[in-house]
Amino acid sequence: MSARTEPLGTLSELRAALDAGAVTSVQLAERALARGAELDARFRALLFPRRERALEEAAAADVRRARGEARSVLDGVPLAIKDCIVQAGEPATAASRILSGYVSPFDASAVARLRAAGAVIVARTNMDEFAMGSSTAHSCYGPARNPWDPERSPGGSSGGSAAAVAAGIVPLALGSDTGGSVRQPAALCGITGMKPTYGRVSRYGLIAFASSLEGIGTFGRSAADCAALLDAIAGHDPADSTSLPEPPPRASASLTGDVSGLRIGIPRDVLALPGASPAVVERVLAAADVLARAGAKLVDVELPHMRYGIAAYYLIATAEASSNLARFDGVRYGLRAHAPGGVTEMIEATRSEGFGAEVKRRVLLGTYVLSAGYYDAYYRKAQRVRTLLRRDFERAFAACELIAMPTSPEVAFRFDAKADALSEYLADVFTVPANLAGVPAISLPCGVARPEGGGSELPVGLQLLGRPLEDAAVLRAADAFQRLTEHHLRRPAP
Amino acid sequence: MPSVSREDVRRIARLARIRVGDAEADALARELGAMLGYVELLDSLDTSGVEPTATVIPLATPLRADEPSEPLAADVAVMNAPAAEGSAFAVPRVLGGEAEG
Repeated sequence: MSARTEPLGTLSELRAALDAGAVTSVQLAERALARGAELDARFRALLFPRRERALEEAAAADVRRARGEARSVLDGVPLAIKDCIVQAGEPATAASRILSGYVSPFDASAVARLRAAGAVIVARTNMDEFAMGSSTAHSCYGPARNPWDPERSPGGSSGGSAAAVAAGIVPLALGSDTGGSVRQPAALCGITGMKPTYGRVSRYGLIAFASSLEGIGTFGRSAADCAALLDAIAGHDPADSTSLPEPPPRASASLTGDVSGLRIGIPRDVLALPGASPAVVERVLAAADVLARAGAKLVDVELPHMRYGIAAYYLIATAEASSNLARFDGVRYGLRAHAPGGVTEMIEATRSEGFGAEVKRRVLLGTYVLSAGYYDAYYRKAQRVRTLLRRDFERAFAACELIAMPTSPEVAFRFDAKADALSEYLADVFTVPANLAGVPAISLPCGVARPEGGGSELPVGLQLLGRPLEDAAVLRAADAFQRLTEHHLRRPAP
Repeated sequence: MPSVSREDVRRIARLARIRVGDAEADALARELGAMLGYVELLDSLDTSGVEPTATVIPLATPLRADEPSEPLAADVAVMNAPAAEGSAFAVPRVLGGEAEG
């Protein structure tokens, strides 16, 4: 059942082939689109392939390169972006019926930067509707599937981006991470995924779910590839008032392979949380030992409020979602359902038809926790717990530069394993704290393990969290680990 | 576990402008009840005197120079509207209760 078109290589491989004249950008875009189409029935990773325009842009990149005028390392390289990041002239639906037919009149700032760098966006990627989910099962286009085992979830919500990179359709992709939506699918698909510091990448043009928590993140087959993609999109943007004024990290230039003297915190209390698979914890600790043998120091730290993270996160995220999604009212864009009566009836009919079950559940929970009489007990309480969790990180980061823990408590799960909403929420236990605290974090492959209940081996993700603004330090350690190991080179059967 | 009734769900759904049928309301009542039961975990934490975190970045409002820039053209602004008249969004009657024309 393998696709006829060979998988695409890493960014550095493709860059070298382009620069040596061994391949053209047009050929790469053709291959990405062909492979995406051949694997569509199996993985449902891509949405809205933009063949004609992508090939035109690739041809222009070929002309630039021939003249010695390539704009960046991404010039002429095909990539894909999550369906909640808008691109001018292209559909953007966040995998929701309520945005069916929407065509964006503008570029997200991250997209504008990618285009200025010469990158060729070939398609959008499948996702959980409005990024609400950890499985990519909640998509109006049907679930994306894991290239290691199509019976299992690629994770979510950026599951289409992760599956597209893992399956060798594209070398790089953009996702968004509100509570782990880049890192968890990266872990489950055996690739590298980075959530930068909050505010590092502009959110302008990212369809909003939970504004105080989310940001655009990067997928690649290595930390070095994620660094190159981050360098292209990071930096202050006047169009996003939460965008950081500090200059971006220039992460690619800081990948020295040196971890000597680096202090890596091991939170033993967190590793003992219920639900964490012993095999996953063992791989993560083995990975920390690899970095220790290369000169890093492992230190014990505690994050005592991590066990409250899921509860605080789902109160804050749903509250923000209920407010952000109020804009989908059938007036300015997307679906309008017709109902007898006036404007209120039209809005109710539109939202009832347009939103899927998980989105309705979260909007209703968010409305409940913000409603009169409950605001202090739920929403305000969660915000105070968020402060306690931030203090945990401040204390821990006084003793170390990075913290290591699993990304996901388990390897890729079967779609039927998360029958109720709460069990899917609990899968985010290790990822939501970085969003609540706004710190940078990366997931990278650190081995394989058999799922509980048996089956063939599946990828395990190591998560490294850094101090605020220290995106480059996170990427440097991840890159150093990948220079020492080969876990990131393992690929699913073609 | 906090009990959420069908009527609670209906009240919230009205606020959120989402319609729910009886069967859906019962299922949602169970699911929201389970979630609110789970978050009771937070009640074991003493948070008195702890400042709430609304955002991890300093809250100062960034200002830009007061220089006009090009807005979205009116025809582009309405290009995604399900119903438009010229450069205006068309909506069903807001007052008076007449059906949508």
